[in-house]
Parts: sequence; structure tokens; C-alpha cells
Amino acid sequence: MPDALTQYAPLLPEIFLGAAALLLLMYGVFGGDRPSETPGWAAVLFFIITGALVVTQDPGTAQLFDGAVVVDPFARFMKVLILIGSAFAIILSFDYLRDAKILKFEYAVLVMLSTLGMMLMTSCNNLISLYLSLELQSLAIYVLAAFRRDHVLSSEAGLKYFVLGALSSGLLLYGCSLVYGFTGTTSFAGIVSALGGTERSVGLIFGLVFVLAGIAFKLSAVPFHMWTPDVYQGAPTPVTALLASAPKVAAFGMLIRTVFDAFPGVTGDWKQIIIAIAIASMVLGSFAAIGQRNIKRLMAYSSIGHVGYALVGLAPGTPEGVTGVLVYLAIYVVMTIGSFACILAMKRDGALVEDISALSGLSRTQPTLAFIFAMLLFSLAGIPPLAGFFAKFYVFLAAVQAGYYWLAVIGVVTSVIGAFYYLAIIKTMYFDDPAPGFEPMPAKLIFVLAISSIFVLFYFISPGPLVAAAEGAARSLF
Amino acid sequence: MTSWPVLSTIIFLPLIGALFIFVLRGNDEAAARNARWIALWTTTITFVVSLLIWRDFDPNTADFQFVEKHEWISGTITYHIGVDGISMLFVILTTFLMPLCILASWKAIETRVKEYMIAFLVLETLMIGVFCALDLVVFYLFFEGGLIPMFIIIGVWGGKRRVYASFKFFLYTLLGSVLMLLAIMAMYWQAGTTDIPTLIAFDFPPKMQTWLWLAFFASFAVKMPMWPVHTWLPDAHVEAPTAGSVILAAVLLKMGGYGFLRFSVPMFPLASAELAPLVFALSIIAIIYTSLVAFAQEDVKKLIAYSSVAHMGFVTMGIFTLTTQGVQGGIFQMLSHGIVSGALFLCVGVIYDRMHTREIAAYGGLADRMPLYAFVFMVFTMANVGLPGTSGFIGEFLSLTGAFKTNTWVALFATSGVIFSAAYALWLYRRVIFGKLEKPSLAGILDLTPREIAILAPLVILTVFFGIYPKPLMDPTAASVNKLIADYNKDLASAAEKRLASTEVK
Repeated sequence: MPDALTQYAPLLPEIFLGAAALLLLMYGVFGGDRPSETPGWAAVLFFIITGALVVTQDPGTAQLFDGAVVVDPFARFMKVLILIGSAFAIILSFDYLRDAKILKFEYAVLVMLSTLGMMLMTSCNNLISLYLSLELQSLAIYVLAAFRRDHVLSSEAGLKYFVLGALSSGLLLYGCSLVYGFTGTTSFAGIVSALGGTERSVGLIFGLVFVLAGIAFKLSAVPFHMWTPDVYQGAPTPVTALLASAPKVAAFGMLIRTVFDAFPGVTGDWKQIIIAIAIASMVLGSFAAIGQRNIKRLMAYSSIGHVGYALVGLAPGTPEGVTGVLVYLAIYVVMTIGSFACILAMKRDGALVEDISALSGLSRTQPTLAFIFAMLLFSLAGIPPLAGFFAKFYVFLAAVQAGYYWLAVIGVVTSVIGAFYYLAIIKTMYFDDPAPGFEPMPAKLIFVLAISSIFVLFYFISPGPLVAAAEGAARSLF
Repeated sequence: MTSWPVLSTIIFLPLIGALFIFVLRGNDEAAARNARWIALWTTTITFVVSLLIWRDFDPNTADFQFVEKHEWISGTITYHIGVDGISMLFVILTTFLMPLCILASWKAIETRVKEYMIAFLVLETLMIGVFCALDLVVFYLFFEGGLIPMFIIIGVWGGKRRVYASFKFFLYTLLGSVLMLLAIMAMYWQAGTTDIPTLIAFDFPPKMQTWLWLAFFASFAVKMPMWPVHTWLPDAHVEAPTAGSVILAAVLLKMGGYGFLRFSVPMFPLASAELAPLVFALSIIAIIYTSLVAFAQEDVKKLIAYSSVAHMGFVTMGIFTLTTQGVQGGIFQMLSHGIVSGALFLCVGVIYDRMHTREIAAYGGLADRMPLYAFVFMVFTMANVGLPGTSGFIGEFLSLTGAFKTNTWVALFATSGVIFSAAYALWLYRRVIFGKLEKPSLAGILDLTPREIAILAPLVILTVFFGIYPKPLMDPTAASVNKLIADYNKDLASAAEKRLASTEVK
């Protein structure tokens, strides 16, 4: 018996989180439908405990369930990022949900279940576990996007996300079946050995393309980005904050896992795809954002661009590249959460305003908020010495190392174009005449904002530890 | 050598001042006054401390001095700072001008004084850091970071077209710099480090040198600015508040020239030799073309801005003659231009504060009401023209001497630029200062206040002093420049030898 139990020890964080989610569900169902912050705070506590369990695990690599799930330093790094993103997204949600009169326990439960799916996504080592974990994540998020069900934009966002998400799941599943058909196995290790030596077949490449398309949808990489602006705009803002942070990390985890663990034999093929969607995302992300007037839509295009930059790190297929991606994601999550905390602070007469022009002259009405938001935006634009610069630095460093000079040139040029729209927001806040101020920020937003702005402003003092951690995580894949 | 980290102190002292202002409470007049005084004290103390490096600087060695090195990102990217003869005086120039800028903004800036002072102090930290950095990533951080405060300064306290000017400034400079960033990365993978002294000693393959040189050129040419990427400068200068223009002209432009001396020439000597004609061509176009453009200006600040571009043409020409005289002339010209153009913008600020217009046509006959001002303005106009006896002469003369040694035609064309500059500068002077005081609006204009005298007097003294006795500026740079040129010639010779050897093998 002890043997059987220790066998599952590597999955203890996920088991704990799943059990905790169910517990919370029971509590909610039997506790009656009173608006309360308790489930949310409980979820944050559970995330912290789960994170502690992840961090204190045995440092090595372990496989479970016939190799369907793998737990290694890479997975642990991603899981910690996901937990951080989810926990902050919950802290951001309380005041919004209370104002919208939807402060329900289901919210916390759904975020927890979705987070569980995300954690498993980074551990998948088999096409079946890949699909199942992705669906667990997605289904919970579909519901969250439509959580404000009496609000037409939110319902539209949920529906749109669900329909298109189902389509992408179909693509992914179709790809999986093709891969299975041509290799005779669903396990990543099996695919690797099936690919070894033999001539690669067209059918398998088709499968690979479909699988990558399905994942690219979750990443909102161009040309599978269509849903992003509408869903970002329509979903309740705390859900958008979640959408923009943790699931991106999870999808990247799954993508990295798939291409390096299952398809190292056809590196040349998937590289082309990665490079193409990276360029398309960077270009579209920087150009399309320029015309946006709604800050959430703008953040959607901004996130598309950021996915493009992160993909640049993946293109070389080197450990340095993966390190770059991981550093990028870590910094991106913090910047995004901070930016959404600022967006949630844009509240006038009890309602959120989303128009960029509402920020006019913020530097005079609320100088501290304006300063922090400006720093976050400069950081998103990648201006040193802020954290966002280091994110871009490491991915482009990897691209240059591998000789992808033109890719790097496209990347930096689009980042200059992208800087324009971040500057436009800063211009609105600093150069324009003041509009009426926003309501005072709730303490929870201040807390989140303080953490993320301290990170963004002072990361340059000691960039080493994060990079070292990312390096260790990336090494475990090679 | 002292163990006390004097360079780090100079770099981060302004930041501490900024922090003090940041925690100041209130938005009233008292808070603004405190912010001004804190900024003035901080910059003055920084200046005094920076004089210590001038005192302790050993002019007999070309090595980096006051070196500090700490673990930072990794073993190969470290926090490494130090100064040599080329960079030391730029640090002093920066710290010297900052208190004057704060004084010049004393009355001119009335809104959001706290933020203004914070932006300036942060900018000072970043500017000093640029000149002290001995690691490419550290350098890049300071170099690019300077965009943020300058963007805010132009955009918030600037003139009518401030938004346009600030965006243009930011995006132009950023586009140039990101290409340099990629070059830095390529160098990192080639040489395994971003440590500047190591990279100076490293031999990059000839073909790679050309690409790296061009990428660095993209950044420095914009910053300098060289024709045809100079168009951001007139806009930024015109729209920026007086002190912003001073810093732009006096320090930020020098980063381009400093970059050529610190990176392009010593790290890519073969490419520098190969592409020097390109620089010459662009420099001559800049000198002649922008001088002509300066003629046509109706705006005082714009005229001075174009004259800056022309003067920077002399600098780039001097540097790329790759002779001792040319390079020393280039450095001297930059330092002198730092004082003179800064002073000219301050002079414009003086009349702008009174009349709130920069139209040349709005002035005339100021000599009647403002004799002191007329005198000060004349000194700087003459220095700008390069009249012997002012600091402007030494720099132009030396860089032209260097050019004459390398290429007579270049020298010939550049010298014609000197005449043009005399023409537009004297014409400007005539229109503003001489003539009859006819405009009724000028009837009540007052001469320099004690505060303005305090700002301008040191600049007048230095302009004349360095024009007569340039030794204090020449001595510290000599050893480093000699080493730069010697290394350059050695690299060229060894490359020629290699080429010879490979042709013999064939």
C-alpha cells in the first residue's frame, strides 16, 4: 500500500487542488447562495498550498500512469507561474463581482478547476492526457467568460469562445487521431521512437499541423486569434485578466512539451510553423492595436503581439530559446496582472469604464496610479530598465544565437511599432487635460498593483535568479 | 585608488534626490519650492562629488579608472563601470550642466514641479550611467532608459506640438537602438561576453564587423543626429522646455559621438576604415545642408537646433578621420558644443520667459534694453561660429586639421560650413539684438536677473577660458585617444598582413 501511494506523490499538488475544488463546491452547495468572499479567499489559500507542494517536491523527473503524465522541473516552473496568475486573478475579482452582483462561490470553484487543467497541461506526456487537460481548462473558462450571464457582451463572449474553442478542440483532436494513425501510439515517447529512422509521412505532418493549430488557438496566435478581442472585451474584466495570464502559460507549456517531447524528430517542420505564426502575431499585434479605443481590446491585441515575441524564443529549438520563453512568460504574467489591476481601477460612478480616453490627465487626478500604469506600459513596450525589456532580451538573444537574424529584426521593428500604442496611452494619461478622476482604489487592487509594480520596476536589480530557474526548467526538456 | 565606489555614488545620487522629492507630500507652492531646492542641492552635490574624479584622474594612463565590477545577470554580463579619458569629461559636463538646468527651470516651470524635478534627476542618473558603463547591457539599459524621462519632459512641459515631437523623438531613437541591441546580442554570442574592455580587445571577423558597425551606426547616427535621420531633433528642441533643450543639445547628442568612440572605432576598426567615406559624405552633407536650412528658420530654437546638427557633422568627421588631431578635435568639439549650445538655448530661454515667443521676427534691438544679455549672447554666438579665442574654435580647428590630413576635399567642404555657420549665426544675432527697438511689446523688457547671471556667468567664463587655454580638456583625453588610434592602426596593419598572407597562400 505505501508503495502505491508514494507512486502518486509527484501528482500530489494536482490531487490536492482537485480535492480542494470539490470540497469548496460542497461547501458552496450546502452553504446556501449568499454572496461571500470566503470561497475566493479559500481558493487563494489553496493555490498557495498547492504552490508550496509544487515547490517542495523532489527535484527530479517522474512519470505516472504509464507515462501519460510527467512531472519535471519544467512542469514545476510552469505550474508555479500558473498558480501565481490564477491567485492574483482571484484577488482582482472580488470587488468587480460584488459590484456586478455575481459574487458566487462557483467563480472560485471554476477558476480552481481551470487551474487544475492548466497544471495538467504542462505535465501532459500523451495525446490523451493532452486533450483531457486542455478540455478541463477550456470548459471552465468558457463558463467564466459568460459568468455575467445577464450582460449581453459577456454572454456573447462566452458563446463565441465556446463555439470557436470547440472548433479548435476538433482540429486538435483530428490532429491527434492522424498522429495516432500514422505512428500507432498516443504516448509522446512512442511517437518519438516511431519517428526515429523512418521517412516521415505526409499524414503525420498533417497531424502535427492540426495539433499545432489547435494549440495556437489557445495561445491566440495569428491566424487563430479571431476570438481574442471580442472575448477579452466581453468577458468580465477579472476573467480577462485570468485569460490573459495563466492559460497562456499553460498553452505555452503544452506547446513546448508537444514539440520537444513528441516531435523532436521533425524539428524542421514545426519550426516553420512556429516562425510563421510568430511573425504574423507580432505584426498583427502591433498594427491592429493602434486603432483600438477600448482598453480591453487593446490588451487583447497586445497579448497577441506578446505571444508572437514569446514564440520567437521557441523558433530556434534550443535550451536558450526555451529559457527565453519561460522568462518571457514569467515577466508577462506579472505585467499583465498589473495592467488589469489598473484597468479594474478605472471606475467612475460605480461602473467600470473601458474607453482609453477616460484615462485623460490621470497623472493629475491620480498621480500614483498613472505613474504605475505608465511604467507597466513602458515595460510592456520593452523599454529598459523595466522588466519587460529583459523578457524581450532573452528571446531575441536566443534567436540571434541560432542565426535567425531576420526574425529578430522583424521582432524588434514590430516592437517599435507596438511601442506607439503604449505611448499613446501614456500620452493620454500625462499630456492630455484631466477628465474627472476615478473612484479610490480598493485595497485588494492596491495590493496586487504594488506587487507587480515593484517587480516591474526593480527586476533589473537582480535578474539572475529568475533566469537561473528558467534555465534549470528548460534543461530538463533536453 | 580609493575603495569608495565614487562612480556609483555619482550615478545614483540623483536617484536618491528623486526619491526624496517623490515622498514629498502636498501639491502646493511649498512642496514645489522644496522640490526645486532638493533638486538643486542634489545636482550640486553630484557635481562636487564628480569633481573628485577629475582631481583623482590619472591622465597618464589609457586604462579605465575608478572601475567597479559586480555580479549582475550572469558571470558574463556584469555591472561593470569605469571611466577613461574619453568618458570622464562627459560625466563632468553632465553633472556641471544639471544644476544650471534646474536653475533655468526655477521660474519657467510652474506646473507639476515635483514630477519635473524627478524626471530631470532620473535623467541625470541615466546619462551619467551611459558614460560610465563598461558593459554593453548596462550601457544599453542607461542609453534606452533615458528615453522615458525625456519623453515625459517634452510631452508634459513642452510647447504646442509637444505630443508630435515627443513621439517622434521616442520612436526614432528607439528604432535606431533596437538594431544596436541585436548587434549587442550577436557580439555576445561571438565573444561570449558583453564586457566592453574585453570586446575592445576582441577581433571580430571582418564581414561581421561591417554588419555590427552598421547596426551601431543606426543607433548613434539617430542620436547624434546625422543627416538624414536628424529630423526629430528640430522638433524635439523646439517643443522641449528650455532645460530639456539644453540637456538634449549638450548631453544626449554627445552620446552618439561617445558611442562612435567607445564602440564603433575600437571594436570594429576594419569596418570603420571601410565605412569612413560614408561618414564623411554624411557629415559634409550635414554641415552644408543643415547650415543652409538654418538660414531659412523663423524660430530661434529651430535655428540653433539645425546649427547643432551642423556642428555634430564636424564631430563625426573628426572622429572618423581616425587621426589623433581629428579625434581630439571631435571630443573637444563635443564638450565645447555642450557648453555653447546649452548656453544658447539658455539664452533663448531668457527671452522666451519674458516674451513667450521664439519668433525671430518678434525681437530686434534688444541691445538697447538688455546690454548685458547682448554681451552674453554675443560670446556664445561667436563661440558657435568658432571664433578664435572661444572654445568653439579649438574643436573645429582640430577636427579640420585631422580631416585635412586624411582627405583634403572633405576638409575643403567642411570649412565652407564654417563660413555658413558664421553667416546664419551673425544674421540671427543682428536680427535679435541689433537694429532699432521698434516693437512696442519689447519696450518694457528687462535685462538679466541675478539668477540668470548666475546661470550664464560660469558658461561665459568656461567658453572663453577653454578657448584660450584648452589644456585642461586636452590632457585627460590624450592618453586614451593615443591608445585608440594606436590600436586602430595596429588592427588595420595586422588585418592587411593577414590578407597578404592569404593571397600568398593562394
